[in-house]
Formats: sequence, C-alpha cells, structure tokens
Amino acid sequence: MTDIPSASSTAGFSSSPNVLAGSSLAVRHERGERQAFCGLSGIVWLHRKMQDSFFLVVGSRTCAHMMQSAAGVMIFAEPRFGTALLQDRDLAGLADANDELDRVVRELLARRPDIGTLFLVATCPSEVIKLDLDTAAARLQQAHGGRVRILAYSGSGLDTSFTQGEDSCLRALVPHLPELPAMQRSLLVVGSLADVVEDQFQRLFDKLGIGPVHFLPPRRAADLPPVGPGTFLIAAQPFVGETMDALRERGSQLITAPFPFGIEGTRAWLLAIAAAWGISTQQVDEVIAAPAARAKTALARYREQLGGKRVSFLPDSQLEIPLGRFLARECGMQLGELGVPYLDRRLMEPELALLPKDTQLTEGQDLEPQLERLRAERPDITVCGLGLANPLEAEGLTTKWAIELVFTPIQGFDQAADLAELFARPLNRRQRLGF
Amino acid sequence: MELTVWTYEGPPHIGAMRIAASMDAVHLVLHAPLGDSYADLLFTMIARSAARPPVSYTSFQARDLGGDTAQLVKTRLAETVARFKPQALLVGEACTAELLQDQPGALALGMGFDIPVIPLELPAFTRKESWGASETFHQLVRALLSGRPMPEGAGDPAGRAQAEGRRPRANLLGPSALGFRCRDDVAEVTKLLDSLGVDVHLVAPAGATPADLTGMLAADFNICLYPEIAHSTCVWLERMFKQPWVRTVPIGVGATRDFLLEVARLTGLDPEPALARARTRLPWFSRSVDSTYLTGKRVFIFGDATHVMAAVRVAREELGFDVVGFGSYSREFARELRALGEDIGVEALITDDYLAVEARVAELHPELVLGTQMERHIAKRIGIPCAVISSPVHVQDFPARYAPQMGFEGANVIFDTWVHPLMMGLEEHLITMFREDSEFDDGEVPERPSQPAQATAPVLADAGEPNPRPAEAGAPAPGESADATEVRWESDAEKELRKIPFFVRGKARRNTENFARERGLSLISVDTLYDAKAHFGR
Repeated sequence: MTDIPSASSTAGFSSSPNVLAGSSLAVRHERGERQAFCGLSGIVWLHRKMQDSFFLVVGSRTCAHMMQSAAGVMIFAEPRFGTALLQDRDLAGLADANDELDRVVRELLARRPDIGTLFLVATCPSEVIKLDLDTAAARLQQAHGGRVRILAYSGSGLDTSFTQGEDSCLRALVPHLPELPAMQRSLLVVGSLADVVEDQFQRLFDKLGIGPVHFLPPRRAADLPPVGPGTFLIAAQPFVGETMDALRERGSQLITAPFPFGIEGTRAWLLAIAAAWGISTQQVDEVIAAPAARAKTALARYREQLGGKRVSFLPDSQLEIPLGRFLARECGMQLGELGVPYLDRRLMEPELALLPKDTQLTEGQDLEPQLERLRAERPDITVCGLGLANPLEAEGLTTKWAIELVFTPIQGFDQAADLAELFARPLNRRQRLGF
Repeated sequence: MELTVWTYEGPPHIGAMRIAASMDAVHLVLHAPLGDSYADLLFTMIARSAARPPVSYTSFQARDLGGDTAQLVKTRLAETVARFKPQALLVGEACTAELLQDQPGALALGMGFDIPVIPLELPAFTRKESWGASETFHQLVRALLSGRPMPEGAGDPAGRAQAEGRRPRANLLGPSALGFRCRDDVAEVTKLLDSLGVDVHLVAPAGATPADLTGMLAADFNICLYPEIAHSTCVWLERMFKQPWVRTVPIGVGATRDFLLEVARLTGLDPEPALARARTRLPWFSRSVDSTYLTGKRVFIFGDATHVMAAVRVAREELGFDVVGFGSYSREFARELRALGEDIGVEALITDDYLAVEARVAELHPELVLGTQMERHIAKRIGIPCAVISSPVHVQDFPARYAPQMGFEGANVIFDTWVHPLMMGLEEHLITMFREDSEFDDGEVPERPSQPAQATAPVLADAGEPNPRPAEAGAPAPGESADATEVRWESDAEKELRKIPFFVRGKARRNTENFARERGLSLISVDTLYDAKAHFGR
C-alpha cells in the first residue's frame, strides 16, 4: 500500500509550520479528521470519459453507497460502474473471495457485452483483507483476454484522496501503452479533460505544428496512446503525479509548467510545450492571440465582480493551488488559507512560484481547527466539499462547492471566464437575495 | 460477493448517523478511513440540513495502519467530547475499521467520560442501514432507561391518565433524518392525536435529546410511526416497562381512521368526534367522475415496508388501482410483506437488487410506478409515470412546502402526488379524439435499435440530464433477453401503430410483438395489431 504523498510526514495530529524549499511559502502540515471523498469518486467522471470501460469496485456496501451519493443518484440508466459487494463469507477465506470475484466478473461480462476494458478497483476493505486485485486481474485476463482488457488499481481511501483516484487509474494503464516507434516524437497530455477542451487544445497544437498529440485517458480505453523516449509529457490536471512518474520510467520527458487555468496558465502551459518543439514565444503568441483576447474580454467583467474579494480553500481536489493562483493573479482576489489534500511538488513547483508570497498553504487537514480558522477569517467565498457547503452557508459564509470545479470544463482560454463565473455566481446570488 | 449497481440502503453505520443526526446533544464517533465522510452530504445536500451531522471520523489512512490506529480513536474520542460536550456519546465503526478490530466502543468505555457512552455493533458486511438505525435507537434508549423502575400504572394508559387527572399522552417514535416526510408527518399526527384528546409527550429520535429520552416512561403508550426505526424499541419498552404501542401507521384515509380507533381503544377515548371532524378530500375526489379513468390502472409499488404496505392499501381501496406488483427492500419485514402479498394475490418482491426490481417493472409494464428515487429512474427509462413514496430519495423529495403522508392531510397529498403523473380523464379522451390533429404529430417513429438494451444503456448514462429517449420504449427493456426472436412490422401495420397516441404506443408495440412472438409470427400485419389489441384489451 502506498501512502498519500506528503511533503514531510508528521506524526500524530500536530500541525507544524515549516518553510517550503525553494519558495518562501510557509506550509502548515495537518493530520486529523478529513472531509474529502476517496479515490473511488474518480470513477464518476472516468466512466464517462472512457466510454468502453467499466469499473468494478471490489468493496463493501459503503463503497456502493458512496458511489451512488457521489453520482447524486442522477444516472438514468445502468452506469458503467458497479460494486462486487464483499460479504461475510468472502472475509472468511481469501481463496473463496477470489472464486467469488471470478464469478462476478463472468456474470458482469455476460451481462454487458459492451465492456472493452474492465477496471477492478480496490477499496479500503479489499486492501485490509489483502485481496490482491493485481493478481486477480492477471488471472482474469487469462480467462477473458480475447475479449476484454482487465486491469486493477486502488481507489481506496487508505491510499487515495478524491481526484488521486484518477492518478491511480491512469498509472495502471501505463504498462499497457504501446511503444512509440523509435525516432518519433509525440506529445502526451495527461489528466482527463472534457472532450470540448481536448478539441480546443488539439486545434491550437495543429496551428502550432505540434504533433502527434495524444491524450491520457483516451476517449476509448481501447485506444491507448503510444509512449516512449520520444514522448513529451505535460500534465493537464494537477493530480497525476504518479502517472507522470510511471510514464517517465518508460523514457518519456516531462515538461513542467503551470496548469492551463486562466489566460496566464494556459499561455504558460502552451509556451512550455512549444519550447520543447523549438517554437518561439512570438509564434505561440500569434497563434493564441485571438482566443487569448477573447478570454481577456470575457474575463474583464468577472474581474470587476471578484476583484478585492477574499477566497479560502478547504482541501478537496488538488485544484486548489492553480485555482488560487488564477483567482489571485487574473481576477484580483485575495487568498485566505489555501488548503490542499497533499502537496505534490513534482508537478506543483511552477504554480507555487506564482502564488502570492504571503499565501497560507495548509497540507492535509484537521477539520475542526481548520473550520475555526475559517470562521475567524470569514472570507467572502469559501471553496469546499459538498458535506460542508450548506452548513457553512448556514453560518453566513458564501461557498462554492469544489466538485463543480472537477466536473466542469475549466481549462483553456475559452473556459477562463466560465471558471471565474463559477466563483462569481455564489457572490452574485448572495447579492440578489433580499434576505 | 454480489454484483450491485445501486443500493437502496447504505451500510449500518449510515443508520447510526441517521439517529445521531436526528437528535440533539448526541455525538457519534466513527472509526472510519478517509472518504467515509462522504455520508455527511446525504444530510447536508440531499436533506439540505443546515448543520453538519454530529459525527466525527478518525479518517485513518494507510500510513496509520502500521502504527496504532487505536490511539487515533482515543484522540478523536477525547477531542470530540471536549469540543462538542454531548449528553451521550455513540461510538461505532465503518466497514474497514470493523476489519481492524480496534473495538472503539471498548476503548471509549475505558476512557472514563462522565456521560453515557454507547458502543455500537454495526456489522457492515451482514446488515444494512435500517437495521443500523433501529439498533442504534434501541441501544441508546436501552442505555438510558435500563434499570429504571416500572412507572406506576404502567400498561393501563386510560387508567393512568385518569388517575393523574390529565389527557393521555404518547411518544411518537421513529421519525428520523433522511426518512420520508417525517417532519410533516409528525405535525400531522400530533394534530390528529390532539383532535382525539391525546397529547404528544415526546417525539424521538427526531428532535429529542438524551435527557428527553430518559423521560420517555412518563408517556402512557408509544406510537410506532416508522417500524423500520422504532419497532424493536417499542417491543423492548413494552417488555420492560409495559408501555403498550400502536401498530397502525396512519397513511391513507382508511388507515388514519383505523389509527384513531386503535388509539381510542387504548386510551378509552371516544373516537367519534375526531372521526366526524376529519377533513379529507380524497374520498370525494376519488368518487368524482374525472377519476373514473383511474379504475384498474395497473400500478407497481416498491420502497420501505411502512410506505409500501400503506400504499398497497391506498392504491386498492382508495384509488381503485390494480396492484400488479409490489415489493420492498426491508428484509426485516419480509414476513408481513409476504402475508400482504398472499392477501391480495400478488407475490411480494423482497430484494435489495435494483436490477431485479427493474426487471420486474419491465416485465409487468404497469401504468404507474410508486417507488423510491431508484424506481423513478427505472420508470423514466422505461417511459412509465412515477411518483416517489419512500426513501431513498432525491433532494426534490425534501419539499419546502408542508407535504405530510400521514393523517387526513397526508391522504390529500397522496391523492395529488400519485394522480398528477397520470393523464386526467377528460385530457385522455381529448388527446385520443384529436390524435390526427397536426398539433399531436409527434414525428417519425424512431428506428428500432437492434442491439440489446445493455449495449445502448451507457449512452443514456448521463448524469443530471433528462432521458433523451422518447417515451416510447423502442429498445427492449432490461430483463428481455437479446435472443428473443426478432419480429418485423409490415409497413401498413407500422403506419397503423403510429395512429395510436404516442403515450400508449410503446405499450401497444410491446404487446403486439410479444403476442406475435408467442404465436411464432415473424411479421406483424394490421390484423396482428388488432388481434393483439383484442387479446390484451380490457
């Protein structure tokens, strides 16, 4: 079992400020009660992204109930995920649990001939009873290999927090990616993006003459992108650190950059990619002139609404740092406490460099003391998970549910204003209401 | 292992959370890994409660497993008691913690808190949410009342009230967070009891504190409003303290009358004035001419035992529907449900498997589904009108308005809620009359997909979007196997089918195809269509 990556592991429940190397930002590390989804929740968007995939959670009724609650019980059909419910007799002996899993997979594949890739997803209980799903996946691959690809990864709360589930899933795909032919080079964009955003980026890459470009995850799990020493990697989401490491082990080269949120982030992201292709800043600026100008116009009105307002983030999705940077630098907001579930410096350094120097960064969570600090601070808007939003509203704080930031297309120039709007809307609403 | 897509009930610790969240001055500490706090949003987002449930989690992670998770539990317990100062502390564990065997309940008992500590056994791999709620409530009441003396006059509500020169008083037991319309039911039942001359002494768990629970025995009797939550507590209170309890759940006009009669019998009060004052429009609305079209509407009912058993009676006796199928996920009440099924000649479907319910609905193709949030999705997918009558529910089923299910006002609400998804009598006739009118031209018949439903289903799996498929169920419904012989339609027959109003066309198509298949016909002619109509007609 792997740990949730942590800049420095602090024992017990204490919090200790220390200073981040290479940056003057003080980071408070906290351990205690958490209010965050586990990595299983990633299935909710991954099963939409990879339309030929199915996610079989091997876990308890709690896992099934969590998936249902995270999906808002809003899916009007049999979704592309389900749960193999562990029961008492499965806990009695492991051989039994493996036989049971084989049977459930057989039933599932018979029921759903449309499945191209089946992910077995490990959970807290399956990990605690040491049900080895990697071995199970290999065994099942032998049995059903002609028809489907069967992989395993962990979405357990012991290993992963919310969006980290996607990292864990993508990392499981890495060994199966075909080899990029020698002497070829390609760009691999890592982290799921809405199809519309992918298409926008693809058009910009085409204009810049960058290609071939592949995306991970692909729209069909069967269409795995090739990877090799000629591959340049860029993260489109801030939670794909482990996947990036695995891809680098296959020889590909990492491009580090700020994330494509807002005009500045998107430009910096494209510039970093272009630099790897030997394309000049001037050329990039020419290509992005129109969308960047459009974004600037669209963003101006939100800058008016958001400018000077104070925003705090409770740790949730790993999007907090790039979003905080965007809100501070492009929308003129002031940052209160910026909480992140974990600080992954492999990908976050370029973002940290752009954060205001006095940003109070907190890694991890100890919920109650954090809420006390929030109440003392009373920011104009608080970004938090679903469980906390209404109670904080009831205390008179304006909130933005973090989950919408994960599900809504927010990357790229044409989404910069949409992203700002997500923060402006709760403030706008608060203003409109006559009580 | 068992394959499940959705689940009607959560694990038992969710039930424990429901009790804690219903009450005041109680706190629950759950030994649970990171991620289990998802459950908070059931309360804050679905039920829109303004406060977080009073639950603290240990949120352990992989790195804690090598060390001392028991120490984590103790830290969380100590911090929780110091911060929230509850009157009673519930201690439980979620599924993963159960496997660790840290025994948080025993740890809590050993910490010397000066409040009652109630350790909960919540076996997550064998039990479910309702059981967990019922058990938590029962254990809490037990912990607070065990060893108390039998109250004077116990077991004789009428005599005891008379002796003390006051109106008889009752505890209303069972209303809880995430229950179906509990808030309004309590108000309605309180009014109903008042009309009879009975006072409500205590409502629990909803709104009660542990201190309130210690005063439960001052009531003459208990009313078991939601057996899923309160049945075992009522039974225990009767056994230990001779507190009688009322069995009838007052949902529907008939059951509300029976409820008043049962309470009157227990308390020696005259029910006639209260019955005479009853104000409900359901009986007249049901008799009104416009309701004629409701006659024999084929209805399928699924949900928790309390609401399903009540709904079966209302559907049959008060709305004149045919109950063609019913069932419940409440295994604890399987015996009662099966007995009801025998009474009405319909086998009760007792299952926790959403897919089995879906298959049954598809097979029966009723004209109305009364169910939970899940059946709403099933009905939407198959193109059948639906009303929600039970948890689990959606945020929309926590209405801002007053919308009880119980008592006479509840009967009014039920009439509206169940009848509105259906087309009204005159409306139905007018649409038939004007079906050739261009206004009713509902376009081309979509081509029938040839793949099995399983293959087309994922296209529809779109979070938050309405079902893009037209009401006519073109694809075979789930449960119908892909190997069913393909039946084709002659073009004249297809044209004739299109003259049938769109809202019943799907059913006509299915019936005709089934009819043809049963007779080994591969081609449907106009005659086949009408033969089938004659065969299925009523």
